[in-house]
Amino acid sequence: MSNLVIAEHDNQNLKASTLNAITAASKIGGDIDVLVVGSNCQAVAQAVAAVAGVSKVRVADNAAYAHQLAENTAQLVASLAPAYTHLLAPATPAGKNLMPRVAALLDVNQLTDIMAVVSPDTFKRPIYAGNAIATVQSSDKIKVMSVRITAFDAAATTGGSAAIEAVNDVFTADKTKFIGEEVAKSDRPELTSAKIVVSGGRGVGSADNFKIIYALADKLGAAVGASRAAVDAGFVPNDMQVGQTGKVVAPEVYIAVGISGAIQHLAGMKDSKVIVAINKDPEAPIFQVADYGLVADLFAAVPEMTGKL
Amino acid sequence: MKILVAVKRVIDYSVKVRVKADNSNVDLTNVKMSLNPFCEIAVEEALRLREAGKATEIVVVSIGPKAAQDQIRTALAMGADRGIFIDAGDTDLNSLSIAKLLAKVVQAEQPGLVLLGKQAIDSDNNQTGQMLAALCAYPQATFASKVVVDGDTATVTREIDGGLQTLQLTLPAVVTADLRLNEPRYVKLPDIMKAKKKPLAVTSPSEMGVNVANTITLVRVDAPAERSAGIKVDSVDALIDALKNKAKVI
Ligand SMILES: Cc1cc2nc3c(=O)[nH]c(=O)nc-3n(C[C@H](O)[C@H](O)[C@H](O)COP(=O)(O)OP(=O)(O)OC[C@H]3O[C@@H](n4cnc5c(N)ncnc54)[C@H](O)[C@@H]3O)c2cc1C
Ligand SMILES: Nc1ncnc2c1ncn2[C@@H]1O[C@H](COP(=O)(O)O)[C@@H](O)[C@H]1O
Repeated sequence: MSNLVIAEHDNQNLKASTLNAITAASKIGGDIDVLVVGSNCQAVAQAVAAVAGVSKVRVADNAAYAHQLAENTAQLVASLAPAYTHLLAPATPAGKNLMPRVAALLDVNQLTDIMAVVSPDTFKRPIYAGNAIATVQSSDKIKVMSVRITAFDAAATTGGSAAIEAVNDVFTADKTKFIGEEVAKSDRPELTSAKIVVSGGRGVGSADNFKIIYALADKLGAAVGASRAAVDAGFVPNDMQVGQTGKVVAPEVYIAVGISGAIQHLAGMKDSKVIVAINKDPEAPIFQVADYGLVADLFAAVPEMTGKL
Repeated sequence: MKILVAVKRVIDYSVKVRVKADNSNVDLTNVKMSLNPFCEIAVEEALRLREAGKATEIVVVSIGPKAAQDQIRTALAMGADRGIFIDAGDTDLNSLSIAKLLAKVVQAEQPGLVLLGKQAIDSDNNQTGQMLAALCAYPQATFASKVVVDGDTATVTREIDGGLQTLQLTLPAVVTADLRLNEPRYVKLPDIMKAKKKPLAVTSPSEMGVNVANTITLVRVDAPAERSAGIKVDSVDALIDALKNKAKVI
């Protein structure tokens, strides 16, 4: 067995999601090479080299890869693939954008969001918004997959001393032009790796009211999430959406405020260790999954809680 | 310009699915089926592009059991011009096969833009559009929340980790729709009647000469671990106490 993990990064910092994918690769067994595709991304390569369990870091550092576009990155990954039995990436928007394209170039299928490695050819993955868990077996010569990051612990960022090797092949993406990016900077912990998450829903009512959610989160050192309804209404940016089609989180504590608990929302948070719901409707479905439910008006309860912590 | 939209018949989003007692799959008997919500958004986007004068014809294609023709009719009732149904019988095809069939349709129809949903809410695969783009060697923009077509380009805003990214693709291209791309229109009764008269071509994987052997097999399906019911606390103090002293998580 030999694994190639595609690193997620912004040319400067390695994203934590890569560490979870590396752990998934370690469950498959065999060598774990990590591919860093980017531009001026040597610092990322160094960070990867220090991760425990990594056999080799391969770095494709070229201006053509500055934005890690799917078109040329997929060609690069596919060109390296024959040396491996398994290709893995985190199941984030970046990994989900890339891996199916790689798989199709290799004429193999792809597995999205694997949450357990049963054996090198058999995996578990959630389907139907996590209301069922499928065990699937692949007969493809190269197994291409994205990894649910909350289902695997992060590999240690120290202890490794992998060799770094340059990959010099350059593929271009002539039909795709990068125009721009609006990425919000936040000092709060990252949603998908935070120990505590406070999420607000439609009940919060407005972008301005969300400050009570932020205040509670900051008191707890928590990340902030949201329901689709809160995102659609423009209270918060899209990348805060938790759910079937947003982010999947599994913190120690998930505090759902003014969220009803639709299946699509539950899909993104029901693996949290402790779930707290604050909702004024005692019949809200969120209470069926909450370990601690408080039936209350959020505008009273949330500031009170922030004050008392 | 012609737009091709791929649509899938899936369980209705409001249904909570159950696993069959023999763990062979989920139980879909007597379950309400619908047009996948992301496909509905893709159809709506195509309609808006036509209304804005950017497209002249909208073709919808679906692969699945005979009943999937209902979802093609829904798309036609929304306003699409004609349908193509690829009869795959009752076997669930792997995404690579779906993408290969769609690539054949692209080859025959030569659309300027191919729209798909970002994800089917049954398999939660989120991969067919990316595979199709690879097979056609087209540029791709997944998770689109805004699409602007101008001449031979599409400028697409995508939902990514941390925010939004904008790409400009040279057409023909593949775009997959995210939730916030638009809000699909309601279908009116007269449109449902009109849709019945719109052309719907029927074909099959073997007629198209596409090998659709699955390489991924479903071994079993389990219900997820159930959460045991929790308790209601009657005050903020009680909640803080429970989190600090019982759960010991804050
Ligand atoms: C294809 C598809 C994908 C989807 N993906 C996702 C997803 O990824 N994530 C997601 O979250 N949703 C998703 N949804 C949407 C989902 O079905 C629900 O519509 C959404 O989760 C509802 O958000 P909400 O709970 O904030 O709003 P609502 O359901 O409107 O609930 C608001 C809640 O706030 C409570 N409330 C109101 N005022 C107060 C107050 N003053 N104090 C206390 N409580 C109050 C109300 O009692 C109510 O329970 C998806 C839907 C579809 C069709
Ligand atoms: N059987 C199918 N027939 C037509 N389109 C499909 C089919 N399966 C998937 N698609 C398209 O691919 C998108 C993503 O699906 P998936 O990759 O399965 O999550 C869907 O929203 C559809 O647009």
